[in-house]
Amino acid sequence: MLPTPFEFERASTIADAVSAVGQEGDGMFYSGGTELLLAMKMRVIHTERLVDIKGIPGLDRIVLNDANELEIGSRCTHMKIAGDSVIREHVPALASLCANVANVRVRSVGTIGGNLCFGEPHADPPTLLGALDARLVLQGPNGTRSVHADDFIRSELETVREPDELMIVIIFPRPTGPITYRRFKHGERPSVNVGMVWSMEAGAHSIKSARVRVGALGSRPQPLKAVEGVLKGLPVHDAHRAIQSVLAQALDELDVNEDRHGSADYKRHLAGVLLLRNAEEAVAMRGRAT
Amino acid sequence: MTNLHPVSFSLNGQPVEIEIPAHTLLIDLIRDRFGLKGTKRSCDMEVCGACTMLLDGDPISSCTTLAVDVDGKEITTIEGVTPPNGLSRIQNAFVLHGGLQCGFCTPGFIMAVTALLKANPHPTDEEIRHYLHGNLCRCTGYIKIFEAVKSLAAEQVSEDAALPVARQRNFRLETS
Ligand SMILES: Cc1cc2nc3c(=O)[nH]c(=O)nc-3n(C[C@H](O)[C@H](O)[C@H](O)COP(=O)(O)OP(=O)(O)OC[C@H]3O[C@@H](n4cnc5c(N)ncnc54)[C@H](O)[C@@H]3O)c2cc1C
Ligand code: FES
Ligand code: FES
Repeated sequence: MLPTPFEFERASTIADAVSAVGQEGDGMFYSGGTELLLAMKMRVIHTERLVDIKGIPGLDRIVLNDANELEIGSRCTHMKIAGDSVIREHVPALASLCANVANVRVRSVGTIGGNLCFGEPHADPPTLLGALDARLVLQGPNGTRSVHADDFIRSELETVREPDELMIVIIFPRPTGPITYRRFKHGERPSVNVGMVWSMEAGAHSIKSARVRVGALGSRPQPLKAVEGVLKGLPVHDAHRAIQSVLAQALDELDVNEDRHGSADYKRHLAGVLLLRNAEEAVAMRGRAT
Repeated sequence: MTNLHPVSFSLNGQPVEIEIPAHTLLIDLIRDRFGLKGTKRSCDMEVCGACTMLLDGDPISSCTTLAVDVDGKEITTIEGVTPPNGLSRIQNAFVLHGGLQCGFCTPGFIMAVTALLKANPHPTDEEIRHYLHGNLCRCTGYIKIFEAVKSLAAEQVSEDAALPVARQRNFRLETS
């Protein structure tokens, strides 16, 4: 099916893109189009004007900055992130997440910024980026602001981004301990996914703090607070047992939508299985980052 | 009246120029305006891969790509990887191994395999499965397709013979 007609323009700077979307009528940023065009073809989204951001230089950069943080430009495709040497060295779990999103065609044009801004609940990146304590930098007509990944998605297909705010870059501290991520899917998109990031004490025998996010169950990724609490300060080799001791209670507290991906009980069970496998992997890494 | 956008790109090695409304989809441009009907549309939602074309060598779903996006790029379709006479090395392997039945998915598979072998001439079994996981076939059960690709992955071929070269074609431009 064809989308209904719209105007199309190419922005060459961030400021141009922001003002083009902010003009009269309802313009939208257009990146890989892998979500947007589908929705427009199904006629669930209509826009008068698409503002193509692919020609804006600098939005597809990946660097380790002077503050020891990783910066990923919003325009980076899944394919680019999957193959990037900086990401593979410092955050291999993110490289492999991106290598397994969707299919090879979606990965070659679909971007991480587009994924986040669409706010689709069955998505991979928001879960791991939440666990990595990422912040997302948005630029609008009145300057830039940064939003924690945890606070970005408000509910299903809805984010805190204003229509004329462009996502510029995703920033998170370079991890100092193991990063683990697992997902389960039987269709195109994940039914359940779990990301876990440990910061280590010097010497890497004990966990200083842990961040655990479970995604695709509710409308946005959720923290497993009880698990995070029990891991704090714990020697690595005690982690698996400690998680088991609080797991049932932690899973009970999750909001779970029943849908074609499965019933609530089934999905909670899967989340537990994935989390324990992540823990085994993190323990096997002996608390080291890679 | 919808605005027309000038688009110029390389289609199977031949430079082309055309003016189109922004909402034109790449698959429609190639099939209906350029008359190259080898590319198929099935799911229309980026899932099945029947519509796979290569954009600067990378596979894309032409069913969900705006034609204005290919301005200044190289597009390769199944016609561009098919020799004037006979079959390409990849097509031949599909025939020899029985990697097709109705054939509807085949152009998409051939394009995906073309991109795979260009990036990675000797993929492992796991790499073949991972790369082709987004191309669906409702007839073969995949085993024979997999065997065809595996036979190609094992072959030692010279650089030039490794991939069929896109050749110039004369397009019939429908002017309606
Ligand atoms: C078949 C299929 C399978 C998929 N499977 C998975 C999966 O397994 N896991 C997963 O996580 N995802 C999956 N996806 C989603 C995929 O990751 C996204 O489609 C892709 O990353 C979106 O990026 P895009 O550049 O194409 O976005 P677009 O479609 O261009 O844009 C999406 C939305 O974001 C807005 N936007 C885009 N970029 C910006 C920006 N920089 N700033 C502000 N707003 C912006 C647009 O206005 C639009 O509203 C799948 C998609 C498909 C079609
Ligand atoms: S028709 Fe385009 S992916 Fe199925
Ligand atoms: S051969 Fe019929 S769909 Fe693949």
